[in-house]
Amino acid sequence: MTRVVVRRLLEMALVMAIVVTIVFVIVRIAPGDPAAMMLGPDATAKDVADLRARLGLDQSLPAQYGRYVWGLLHGDLGQSIFLARPVTQALWERAEPTFFLTLFSILIACGIALPVGILSAYRHGSVFDQITSTVAMFAASIPSFWLGLVLMQLFAVKLGWFQPSGYGGPGASLGERLNHLVLPACALGIVSSALIARFTRASMLDVLGDDYVRTARAKGMSEIRVVLLHAFKNALIPILTVIGLTAALLISGAIVTETVFGLPGVGSLVVSAVLRRDYPVIQGTLLVVAGLYVLINFIIDMLYLVVDPRVRY
Amino acid sequence: MSAAAPATMPTSGGEIDGLAEGVVLAVTDLETHFPSRRGVAKAVDGVTFTLPRGRTVAVVGESGSGKSVTSLSIMGLIAPPGHVAGGRILHRDRKGVVRDLAKLSNAGFRHIRGPEIAMIFQEPMTSLNPLMRVGDQIGEMIALHERISRRALRARVIELLQLVEIPEPETRIDAYPHQMSGGMRQRVMIAMALACRPNLLIADEPTTALDVTIQAQILALLRRLQADLGMSVLFITHNLGVVAEIAHEVVVMYAGRVVEQAPVGDLFARPSHPYTRALLASTPNIARDIDAEGRRRPLAAIPGAVPPITALPPGCAFAPRCAHVLDACREGRPGLVAIAPDHVTRCIRRDLP
Repeated sequence: MTRVVVRRLLEMALVMAIVVTIVFVIVRIAPGDPAAMMLGPDATAKDVADLRARLGLDQSLPAQYGRYVWGLLHGDLGQSIFLARPVTQALWERAEPTFFLTLFSILIACGIALPVGILSAYRHGSVFDQITSTVAMFAASIPSFWLGLVLMQLFAVKLGWFQPSGYGGPGASLGERLNHLVLPACALGIVSSALIARFTRASMLDVLGDDYVRTARAKGMSEIRVVLLHAFKNALIPILTVIGLTAALLISGAIVTETVFGLPGVGSLVVSAVLRRDYPVIQGTLLVVAGLYVLINFIIDMLYLVVDPRVRY
Repeated sequence: MSAAAPATMPTSGGEIDGLAEGVVLAVTDLETHFPSRRGVAKAVDGVTFTLPRGRTVAVVGESGSGKSVTSLSIMGLIAPPGHVAGGRILHRDRKGVVRDLAKLSNAGFRHIRGPEIAMIFQEPMTSLNPLMRVGDQIGEMIALHERISRRALRARVIELLQLVEIPEPETRIDAYPHQMSGGMRQRVMIAMALACRPNLLIADEPTTALDVTIQAQILALLRRLQADLGMSVLFITHNLGVVAEIAHEVVVMYAGRVVEQAPVGDLFARPSHPYTRALLASTPNIARDIDAEGRRRPLAAIPGAVPPITALPPGCAFAPRCAHVLDACREGRPGLVAIAPDHVTRCIRRDLP
């Protein structure tokens, strides 16, 4: 067990090292001088040279790489050019809406998908199954930003139940801030629930015909216990995989949705950084998002170990 | 057969009296149907037999003869859209209450499955939940039906593991199924089935998936447990060697119908139905099939296969494969005829040697 965890952690470190290198190289091989591109066509040669010196671009590539990695090891993602603060600080300031948005989206997605998937597998071929399968296909094919706009129009503009945009003022309470997240989280969660529901249904359908489910019934337990305790737990591994994938996708889905709902999260930070060519911020965000992907994968792998005693990597 | 169709009188609460004394289970004219695109498949078509207390009745037949469907019908475990379409399954519980299981709801079955009727399945490799420790799976059976403390439960489970002769029960109780061999898993299944002291055990081909030496061990174990606990056992098998080892009575099934029924000695000594005879002839017999010079006698295989139950011939279902078939066999469906006390056969040919 400990060996597996240690090996996984080492693999994660290797993946991150590769990601760091790729991010470093991509920025360097982008056509033109990053400093000149950041400052725009009106900048003087001296401004550009100053910026190059500030970014360390006047040093040799190995030296730059060494400084960059050294900084990373100390938790330093560099300085934002436009925000006049370290990238880590900029990311941290924007982390809360993105974190809660992703978390709520996953909870909403699972809250819809798991019961629907389980029930449509249990009653496969029924009217309920057919309707949910059709709706799921439809839901999977709508873009979350479009659904976000529809929800905004309906529940914020017409009914006024939720805030259409923003994240409250600087002094807003946690409750007020979370209220702003309801609609975007629904938009993301509903769209992602379709995939999870399909996987849950397929995986449950597989398992419900298994011999040990019949054994469970032969013990004289309630159907709910048969389905949830014996069947669902066995169906969980593929479902966990798809939930993990969805969580990773949601981080990128959040970028668009945050922009639609005017949420000051990591998504809108990176969008404005791209528009202003704030390379350190783009670089840092890329690294953090990649790190989260790897971390989610690690968590899912560890959950396999918890769920299934047969899993030994 | 004499006690197979007792006069029954419904009493209040859906309980039915009239099951002959000393009989635990009486199946009468059982019909289990599976609707399919090609029509209704009558997997079990008018099956009748009784199971006396403390006895072992073996149900024998090829794949597709309806023997497993019969046992699942008794447990109420037929998967929809299949269903029990007719007949009665009278069962006497340990308090003496008689119920018709054919009319019992799923909720009603919850108190029958486990404490009254327990079942062992064919595939020990897949019949245990791979994610649960075997001790928890056995303990779950007890905890579902009795109030018991955790400590007492663990002690009971260890006792059960000892009962089915699993070595080192104190450590095996925490093993997962994949850490055990097929024979050990089947012992776990048996321990689970016996956990609530059922008065009726249904064993659906419990040794088919096991090695021959393990088969013999499991059979010996079942026979010992049956004698010690005084259980009635319904034993489903296609193996006549196993029947000879364990059964008191034998029910031979073909294409969803009972074709012959007799006490085990009588059936082996005087098989009447051509299908029973063919089954006996096709059973490998080391003494008979090879001589001292190593010359082998050809095995007497039954030609053809069980016809699909949606396309049975109009007369006797075995007629297309029967060596003694007459024109009359293809016309009317033969009824069960008594040829000796407790010995019935579904064949019109009384003249066979």
